[in-house]
Formats: sequence, C-alpha cells, structure tokens
Amino acid sequence: MIQATLKQLSQQLADKKVSAVELAAAYLDRIEALNPALNAFITVDREKTLAAAQAADARRAGGDTGALVGVPVAHKDIFCQQGWKTSCGSRMLDNFIAPYSANVIEQCDAAGLVSLGRTNMDEFAMGSSNENSYYGAVKNPWDLAAIPGGSSGGSAAAVAARMTPVATGTDTGGSIRQPASHCGITGIKPTYGVVSRYGMVAYASSLDQGGPLAQTAEDCALMLNVMAGFDARDSTSLERAKEDYSRELNQPLAGLKVGLPREYFAEGLSADVARVITAAVAELKKLGASVVDVSLPNTELSIPAYYVIAPAEASANLSRYDGVRYGHRATEYKDLVEMYEKTRAEGFGSEVKRRIMVGSYVLSHGYYDAYYLKAQKIRRLIANDFTAAFGDCDVILGPVAPTAAFNIGEKSGDPVQMYLSDIYTLSVNLAGLPAMSVPAGFADNGRPVGLQIIGNYFAEAKMLNVAHQFQQATDWHQRVPGL
Amino acid sequence: MKWEVVIGLEVHVQLNTVSKIFSGSSTAFGAEPNTQASVVELAFPGVLPVMNKAAVEKAIRLGLALNAEINRKNVFARKNYFYPDLPKGYQISQMDHPIVGPGTLAIQVGDSEKLVRVTRAHLEEDAGKSLHEEFVGMSGIDLNRAGTPLLEVVSEPDMCSADEAVAYARALHTLVTWLGICDGNMQEGSFRVDANVSVRPAGQAELGTRREIKNLNSFRFLQQAIEYEIQWQIDTLEDGGRIVQGTVLFDPDSGETRMMRSKEDAHDYRYFPDPDLLPICLSEEQIERVRGEMPELPGAMKARFVEAFGVSAYDAALLTSSRELAAYFEAVAQATGEGKLAANWVNGEIAARLNKEGLAIGDCPIAAARLSELVRRIADNTLSSKLAKQVFEALWTSELSVDAIIERDGLKQVSDVGAIEKMVDEALAANPKAVEEFRAGKEKALNALAGQVMKASKGKANPAQVQEILRQKLG
Repeated sequence: MIQATLKQLSQQLADKKVSAVELAAAYLDRIEALNPALNAFITVDREKTLAAAQAADARRAGGDTGALVGVPVAHKDIFCQQGWKTSCGSRMLDNFIAPYSANVIEQCDAAGLVSLGRTNMDEFAMGSSNENSYYGAVKNPWDLAAIPGGSSGGSAAAVAARMTPVATGTDTGGSIRQPASHCGITGIKPTYGVVSRYGMVAYASSLDQGGPLAQTAEDCALMLNVMAGFDARDSTSLERAKEDYSRELNQPLAGLKVGLPREYFAEGLSADVARVITAAVAELKKLGASVVDVSLPNTELSIPAYYVIAPAEASANLSRYDGVRYGHRATEYKDLVEMYEKTRAEGFGSEVKRRIMVGSYVLSHGYYDAYYLKAQKIRRLIANDFTAAFGDCDVILGPVAPTAAFNIGEKSGDPVQMYLSDIYTLSVNLAGLPAMSVPAGFADNGRPVGLQIIGNYFAEAKMLNVAHQFQQATDWHQRVPGL
Repeated sequence: MKWEVVIGLEVHVQLNTVSKIFSGSSTAFGAEPNTQASVVELAFPGVLPVMNKAAVEKAIRLGLALNAEINRKNVFARKNYFYPDLPKGYQISQMDHPIVGPGTLAIQVGDSEKLVRVTRAHLEEDAGKSLHEEFVGMSGIDLNRAGTPLLEVVSEPDMCSADEAVAYARALHTLVTWLGICDGNMQEGSFRVDANVSVRPAGQAELGTRREIKNLNSFRFLQQAIEYEIQWQIDTLEDGGRIVQGTVLFDPDSGETRMMRSKEDAHDYRYFPDPDLLPICLSEEQIERVRGEMPELPGAMKARFVEAFGVSAYDAALLTSSRELAAYFEAVAQATGEGKLAANWVNGEIAARLNKEGLAIGDCPIAAARLSELVRRIADNTLSSKLAKQVFEALWTSELSVDAIIERDGLKQVSDVGAIEKMVDEALAANPKAVEEFRAGKEKALNALAGQVMKASKGKANPAQVQEILRQKLG
C-alpha cells in the first residue's frame, strides 16, 4: 500500500479496500519510523491528521466521490496552514502558528486530501541542498550522506521514501525540480501565475511558484488539477479557466519535436548525468520524437541575473520579520533598533542574511541601474531565447543539475559553487515557464538523475504527456531507495 | 536685505474608500485599536496586496480636476524602511510612474487669481500609528490606519507667502471634498500638509536651502508654522548662520518649529517595483467614464457665478469653497434673481452665524428657500437691511416663514411717502437747531435728523426714502 501511487490510492479508497484513516495511520507510522534518519518532516500531528482522515471517510460515506478524498499529502512548511506551525524552515517562525490557510492548502482541503504534516525545507526556500534549515539538514533516502536537494528537500525525500504519496513544493530557482531529480521522483513547476501564491510565504515574488512532487507524472497532473486556478487574492494569479492537466497524458509522442539546448550539454555537465540524459532522449526518440538542436545563448547570465533579482525581492519580503507582531523576538534589547538587530540576527540563518544583504546592496541608491535594472533586462533576453527556441520545438529537454546529489557539507562552505549548480533551472523561473523533472536513471555513484522537460507557457499538459509516455516506457520512477 | 520666500506643499489626501487600498478591511475611523487590520495589514507571512479599484478612480478624478496628465501605465513600488507601525517593512507607493502627472490648481489671493503648478499625485498606503503615551516603558501599535489609501499631491515651489500656501491648501481641500474623494476631516488626519519652505535674497535665481515642516493638520497651524519658519530662516541667515536641509516639526503650543532630522540622516529607501502588483494600465474608456461622473468643478462654477449672478471674484471664491455652500447660494440666487444680495447674505450673516455656532452649511437651520424669501423681501423694500437682520434672528431660531415673522413682529418697512413725510415734518419741527446747522452747511446734521425719523418709526421707515424726503423738505 505504501508504494502505491496517488492514482492507485484513489482507486483503493473508491473501492473501499482501504479507509482514509487506515491510510493516514500507515503513512504516519512510516513517517515515525523513518523521520529520525531522514528529517524530512518538521511537524507531524497524528491527532490532527487522523481527525482529517475521519472527516474524509465521512465525506466518502456521505457520497462524495472526489478522486482525492482521503488521499494523504505532505505540505512544504512554506504554505500557511491554519492551526499548524508554519516555520518556513526558520527560527524566525519557529513559534508561528498560521491563523489562515494558503490558497493551495484551501484547495487541497476542499479536494479532501489529508494532511500528514509539514515538510522540511531550506530556510525561506533559500538553498539547493536543504542544509539551510533551522531544523537541520534533510538526508537523501538513496544515500544518507547525500543532500536531497532544495529547497523542497523535505517534500522530495518524503515522497522518495514513501512517507507520503504526494507533497506540495515551491520552485523559485529550481526548488521543486532539483530535489525531485536528486531524490528520483517527479515534480512540476507550472507557468508563473498558474498556482496562487496567496499564503505561500514569499521568497522572491516574481519567481516563486507552487507545484506538486509525486512518484509519477500522472500523479503530478492529478495534484496540479487541485493546486492550480485563479485566485483574486493574488494579483499575479492568471485569470484562466480551470483545465485538466491529465487530458493529454495518453497521447502518443509521434511527431513530437524535442529541443536540446547546446548550452545545457556544454562544459560543466558531468559525464554520468550526460549519459543518463542522452539515454532518456534516445528513449523518447524510440517513442516517436524527433530531436532538434536549439540554443539558449544567455543561459550563463541566468545565474547573476537570478542572484540579483531574487535577493532584491527577498530583502524586502523578509523585512516583515521584525519581532513586532509575530515570530521570534529577542528577549533583551535596549531600544527599538537593537530589538530589530538582535531579533533578525538570531532569527535568520546565514544564507538568508547573505541574500538580504546582497538584495539590499543591489537596490541601494546609485546601484539600482547597474544591478537590478540590468538583471531585469537580462531576464527579458532569457525569455526571448526561449521564445525563439520554442519556434523550433515543442518541448526542451536537458539535465536538471550538472551532477547527481553531492554530499552533505560538500558545498556548504562555498556559496558561489552552490549557486553555480542551479545553472539549468534558473532560466525557467526568470522566464516564467513551466518545467518538470522526471526520474531518468542513476549516476555512477548510484544516486538518481532527473530529466528536465521545459515547456512553453501553459504547456503543462504537453510536458506531462511527454513525461507520462516516458514513464510508460521506463521504470526509473518505480525504483525505490532501500531503507 | 530683502528676502523672497519659496514654498511648495506636499499634501496627503486620505481617499474615502470603504475598504483599504490592498484588502477588504474597513477604513472607518475611530474603531478599537487593531480591530480593522486583517492579515494583509498585519503583514502576515504569505499575504498579498490587491489594488482597490475605487482608490484608482478617485485619483483619476483629482487628476482630471487638476487638468493633469493621467498616466496610463501605473507602477507601484516598494519604499523600504523599518518602523513598528509599518508592518511589511516597506510602504507600497508610486515612484517613477505616478497616476497623476503635471497639472495646475487656481488659488484666490485677495482679488487676484494665481495658478499653482501641481507636479504629481501618487497613490500609496498609509502606515499605522505608534502610541507612545499610553504605555509605560513600551509603545503601542495600532494598525487600523495601515493600508488606508492616500493620494500624495505634490506642488511645485510656486507659493511665496504663508497666505498663498494656505490658499493653495484650502483650494485643494475644497477640490478633494468637492470631488467626493476625501472627507476632508483634518483633525482625523484625512488631509495632512507638509510644507517645504526656503528663503533667498530677492532677485537671486538659485533657491535657498529648504526645510520641510511635517504633518500640519489645520490651516491655522500651516499659517503659523510657515510664518515662524520664514522668520526663523531669515533671522538665521541675517545672523550669519546657515540653513541645514532637513525635516522639522511644528509645536502648536510654543508656535515654533524644531529640527527632527537632517538630510544626512535620510533613509535610502531602496525603491523597486513591487513584484506583487502588476502595472495597472488605464484605458481611455475608464478615464472618460470617470470624467463623465464628475460634478461641475469649483473653478468653473466660480466663473459662472461671476458671469451669471454678477458677484465679485472674491465672493465667488468664497461661495465655491464647498459644493454644499455653492449649491445653497445658487438656489437662493436662482429663486430670487438677486445674485449679489444673495452672495452678501450667504457670505455675510449665514457664514458668520455658522462659524460662530460651529455648524456646516448642511446643518444650517435656514434652508435656501427661507433665505430666498428674506432676500426677496429686502429686494422689494419690504425690509430694510437692519430689519432684515432682525428677521434673520427669528428665522434662525424658529420654523416660521419670513412673512409670518414680519407680520408677527410688525417689522414691515414703511415706504409710504405720506407717512414718512409726516414723521419728517415732526422731526424738523422738534429739532430747529439741527435744521439750522444743516442749512449752514453742516452735512452731518442731516444724519441726526434722519436718526430722529428712524427712531420715531421704530426703525421701520425706509432709510433711503427718509434721506430723500429730508433733503426735499430742507432744500
């Protein structure tokens, strides 16, 4: 049962082979058993979860045939969930119980999903390794010495370890795709504006986007159906009709044109990851796809552009954590300024502080044009690159990260090395495009490697179709770490 | 040395929307602290701003009334600084793309009109309030006001005296209340003025160093503060001192301004476009629809009053100081066809009495129809102006009609020639000394005689007729 996909669990619940309470209990037991080793969850509340499961069973008994009623889910600790601690991986919010729920949580609740708990993450979603959590690093279920990726590392590890069938995540510069890749699961970041950001703790507002992590592309589609949709409380939410993201899953890939950006296969890509991606492309060719060579010439600029824009937005977004209204406040201070300084010095970790300082610097008087404005121009160039490339292909394929998961501690002393590993994911956020990671094989050290599928705006259904067909032909997504 | 004064004003106009600029919370004044602040105003993690359309349209109204450019593309920016009553740690405001561009506002200075250039007006959110007095060793924060929509109206430094600055502030106050975009309540902070003041030797092209007087919440304080500041700056310069650019506060108790912070302490606000709010692009249709909903503006109405009713520009300016007052005057002038007389009464007795009793025109116990009767009775010589004042008193305190009061109190003016002649004859007979003096060329003696006649008539004789008949008889 614990190995089942969302789709299978939905069927079992519908067939009354299992109850929501039984399911919740089984997953809670597994979380209890594995979490001490993996640290994937920050908060688990058995009572709350079982109460929600009972409510789901009551809904089913009352004739509710919603596909996901009673299916367990784990939420990244970045989505405000009423009554639950919402820490965002930070000491700053260690005492923060959300008084309201994010749009994503509301929609999950409305669909009848049963919340198993809150997953670990890099503090305020800043990080690619999940080492930046106040609650400690998350371990990769495939190799406890490895990072799970970040910032949705807890969600990815939890799905990989089958502590939950599905989890929510957010992706600002790769934070769904990269941990999905490193943990051997499937994750999708939709087009910017598809999932409401209301109640999602902001890191970099113009880049943040919620999305699901699951075992399969099909599960991601089902979950995205729940998470997506217009929300008037988010001015950047797109006013579009609800769509069924699973509608194209079973279409054959004959005639599909996949673009391979030469910049994604250049220097810096490790040989074993290149091998996995090449093999995956070959598999898709067997399914009828043709390959075209495309170019994304400004890829390299995505790193400096991202690391100006994201910290700039973050520096303002995180100003609200001042100890005045909620969250951490220093215990002793002699005046207002010292209260601010101590509160923020104690409440934030070093990566968060680094980005706040970088962001404040690039926005400061006299530097705005040279950094922030320039970065916004680069952002436009990057988006233009994609527009041109999509003139020649339907989807773009490539690696998610230059290497498989590195070891915990390996890069934590060198932020620039860490930032460079985001090279293949950042452009997508800067352009606002949808992209996903699909399990495609293993590196030489036995750690998972994901294939990145990038789509044009609103091409989620097409991407999921490609991923689903790939998963029908391969079994990488069915591989489970030996825990 | 002769000094020239240069003043520019920044006015924070609180827009009277029902809900806040970025959330559905109520904007009502005076509620228990923090009861009108939702998670949005409290800046909880994850909340987002959504623009209030009514605030945008109210800003457009002012822009159109100022004959200003309405910017089609509106960008909202974050102005970053830390303060406990600023929950997000930034204020959402407009920097490079304000909704209202350059325009003008006419002000009445004595008998002449002057056009003051308005630089811009931009939308922004208000902060909360810090309460320092109520708590010992602590400060309280009330976020009810946080997120209230403000339109900050910035003028060019076109004013050169405290009187002009006050005239501008009054004209703007009239306009925003006229347009129905602000309740105009200065005590509650709905209309707050900052004055940038500098002085320079007369004839010097270069501007002097300015100081900004913050947060003046009455026209009287505005006048006092500017006058004090001008004198202070002149004294300082004449004593060989130097003005340091900065922000000052006005203390109404001492009547003095004092330095709050110099420019050196100024924040770097690190403005950047707010990624949570997409640029708001205004369509021609929307702007035209707003234009179509606008009332006749005070400037146009003022010109019309001068033209149609023959009132002076000065009187017309007073009459158009509020929409209610203008409507009241127009009703009286229309009903009686006596524009000048109506203007005199509205700007004179009515205004004085309302002012004395602290009432607004809307609360005036004499409705326009009743004042019209009074004006009619003056025009047709039924009442002398003196008697009219007696009737006015009775009108103010009773529900009676003008004619009923005249009847009751026997106040009808005597214009009957025979009756007046009789009284004149009696007066001449009883005051031979005065008659003699007048005939000897002492013009004043005529007034004494007229006074006797008026006294004999108990004030009811038509004064003009009395004068005329007296002259006839003495001539």
